[in-house]
Amino acid sequence: MKKTLTIFTVLGVLLFMGCGDGEKKNTDPYEKSTPTEQTKVVSSVPASQRVDLTNKGIGPIKNVELGETIDMEMAAKGEEVYKMNCTACHKVDKKFIGPAPKGILERRTPEWVMNMILNPDVMTKDDPLAHDLLLEFNGSPMANQQMSEEQARQMLEYFRTL
Amino acid sequence: MKKSINILFFLAIAAGLVSCNNGNDQRGTKGQGGLASNAAERVYVAPGEHDEYYAFMSGGFSGQLSVYGLPSGRMLKVLPVFSQNPENGYGYTEETKPMLNTSYGFVPWDDSHHPDISQTNGELDGRWIFINGNNTPRIARIGLQNFKTEEIIEIPNSAGNHSSSFITENTEYVVAGTRFSVPIPQKDMPINEYKGNFKGSLTFISVDQETGRMGIKFQLIMPGFNYDLSHPGRDKSHGWFFFTTYNTEEAHSLLEVNASQNDKDFIAAINWKVIEEYVNNGGGKMVPANYAHNVLDEHTHTATSTMLKEVLTVNPMDVPGAVYFLPTPKSPHGCDVDPSGEYIIGNGKLSADLTVHSFTKMLDAIENKKFDGEAYGIPILKFEDILAGVVKQPGLGPLHTEFDGKGNAYTTFFISSEVVKWKVGTWEVLDRQPVFYSVGHGMIPGGNSRKPFGKYFVALNKITKDRYLPTGPELTQSAQLFDISGDKMELLLDFPTIGEPHYAAAIPAELIAKNSRKIFKLAENKHPYAALNDSETKVVRDGNEVHIYMNMIRSHFSPDNIEGVKVGDKVYFHITNLEQDFDVPHGFAVIGANNAEMLIVPGATETLVWEPKQVGVWPFYCTDFCSALHQEMQGYVRVSPADSNIELSWSLGED
Repeated sequence: MKKTLTIFTVLGVLLFMGCGDGEKKNTDPYEKSTPTEQTKVVSSVPASQRVDLTNKGIGPIKNVELGETIDMEMAAKGEEVYKMNCTACHKVDKKFIGPAPKGILERRTPEWVMNMILNPDVMTKDDPLAHDLLLEFNGSPMANQQMSEEQARQMLEYFRTL
Repeated sequence: MKKSINILFFLAIAAGLVSCNNGNDQRGTKGQGGLASNAAERVYVAPGEHDEYYAFMSGGFSGQLSVYGLPSGRMLKVLPVFSQNPENGYGYTEETKPMLNTSYGFVPWDDSHHPDISQTNGELDGRWIFINGNNTPRIARIGLQNFKTEEIIEIPNSAGNHSSSFITENTEYVVAGTRFSVPIPQKDMPINEYKGNFKGSLTFISVDQETGRMGIKFQLIMPGFNYDLSHPGRDKSHGWFFFTTYNTEEAHSLLEVNASQNDKDFIAAINWKVIEEYVNNGGGKMVPANYAHNVLDEHTHTATSTMLKEVLTVNPMDVPGAVYFLPTPKSPHGCDVDPSGEYIIGNGKLSADLTVHSFTKMLDAIENKKFDGEAYGIPILKFEDILAGVVKQPGLGPLHTEFDGKGNAYTTFFISSEVVKWKVGTWEVLDRQPVFYSVGHGMIPGGNSRKPFGKYFVALNKITKDRYLPTGPELTQSAQLFDISGDKMELLLDFPTIGEPHYAAAIPAELIAKNSRKIFKLAENKHPYAALNDSETKVVRDGNEVHIYMNMIRSHFSPDNIEGVKVGDKVYFHITNLEQDFDVPHGFAVIGANNAEMLIVPGATETLVWEPKQVGVWPFYCTDFCSALHQEMQGYVRVSPADSNIELSWSLGED
């Protein structure tokens, strides 16, 4: 009797697992909006002042090579892009709605910065540092301004000049 | 105890199996197999999944166009067309007010009836949808990339724009016919001199295939009958257009008696290709007119209204071979053409039978000049010569016919409150189903094309009565969804609709959804008052007009503190939404505004006028919950006395 019960239990569990592993999982939009459990990073240092020069963030940018010297032409383009798309929330050298870009590369990797520009929804959800930044800045979301990788790279170069 | 545990586990396993099956059910195969009789299953669209069809239902006397998903019957959106819409500011903002301009001035309402989706080679293409305003004659074009009314053209010399808006099979023309005949041009004259003096206009509006822009190509000035409904010829009859008429008696009073005297009225068969050629060769008469043409510019996000001053008219007598009358029993209402283009169905409202004319026989009769007299010089063909068949006594009060592309027709019966399925060619009745209650139009997706999608039929009912929970004397309208994939029609679903849904048009979702726009690009915003970044925000005074160049992003307005406005000023809030992400609109409302709020989608600029009447410090805020800090998205305008010397100033985040 006990044996049958065990068999049925195992069978039942397997069946349910079978369901869960279905293709649907990836396409179910409700999956996305379910709040995920955040790993608590206990740190007394505010996220904006933490230094992490290894974390590349989450997004399309895996590796960025910065030139020895700043490409001023690229930086000028970056400044234009920044002025057009970012100044509603960011001031160059002081905290506004979001943090200032000045000195950002002393605290973050170039990849992290570009991923934050290009993939803010996922970053603020799944990157622990970006998530803490969202909390520190009162939950103001980093808006996705649909920048191209080229534009994000130009802005990165501009940030080097600040 | 153990036994009950065992049972529980059995149940658990069974539940697991069932939920698995549900999970694996594919949308396209819903309703097949063992669950085929389950109506609920067939209309169920699981959370997060999409409907198979978009259905655009006329908003009737709401003046709008509503969008539903089929088979779920879920309302997705109400698109404002002819009526102001405080929900998003349409018809209230400076950008959209010109859209409702007419030769009668600003007309913020209409009665919308017959939507029709653009076609290429007789098949739905999903570019645009057109709909008529019945009361103040207008035709609107809604772009299906943005789901926005992009253009409205007024129809001169028309009154009760009812046999509209139907399109030809390559969207060459949108056609608009008048219900009322009137003096053309309008003049002061006794009503009882109607007969022989009033005229009916049938308007052919050309459509630019790139931009969709409409322009009246010509107006055919017809005898003073009432032109009720119309449909284009297609395939073999492409190049022709068919209009039902009633009141060929030319009565001007008590029409319910006086316009029901003649045994037969007519379907007017119009060879528009012949008239097009005549016009292209310089034919027709340009006459003075006054009508509005309103166009929305996608880059300035602004509509402009232009008054046009002349229109080309054509007298049918001047174009031999252009117009014939097909005698059709007893005040025909619906005028429908089957997918092959061969059969023209006239539904005599007061007739017991359905009349089906043959296009081939019609051409033959014309060629052999087998006429049975004429009306105002227009040849009348012999009823018997052109008759393809009769559907004998299928019901009472036939109105409209749709086709499933499988050789079947579906006719609605208002008086006997039913839908009757019959076979094209043999004219035999195959099935009938009651509807609740008193159906007007019916609709099959693609029903007005060469290629209908014969899976569903929607009955658009005129009377609701007890179908839903009562809501006092005024009720919602009602539609009913039938599955027509089998031999018998099966009622699946009731769902409420807005206004009075006259006609509707539906299209497979895949033809539209993939083109749907998510945002407007800021870089393409050419609005003259846009503040595309923070350095462009400002406040400018021009006499007593104050222009505020403002922008917004989660979750603030820039600027959000404004001083120097005075009582008596006319304040223009020009607001640009800087967001470039999907589904982040912001709203704007200011206390005491005498218009509405406005909703600004990402990348767009909209303008609301505010005329402050009292001294004080007055708030404005975002109306559309946009972020966790939505409630903080607010600001103040200081309003000083009219004679105050306070200079204009504006700021954000400064003391």
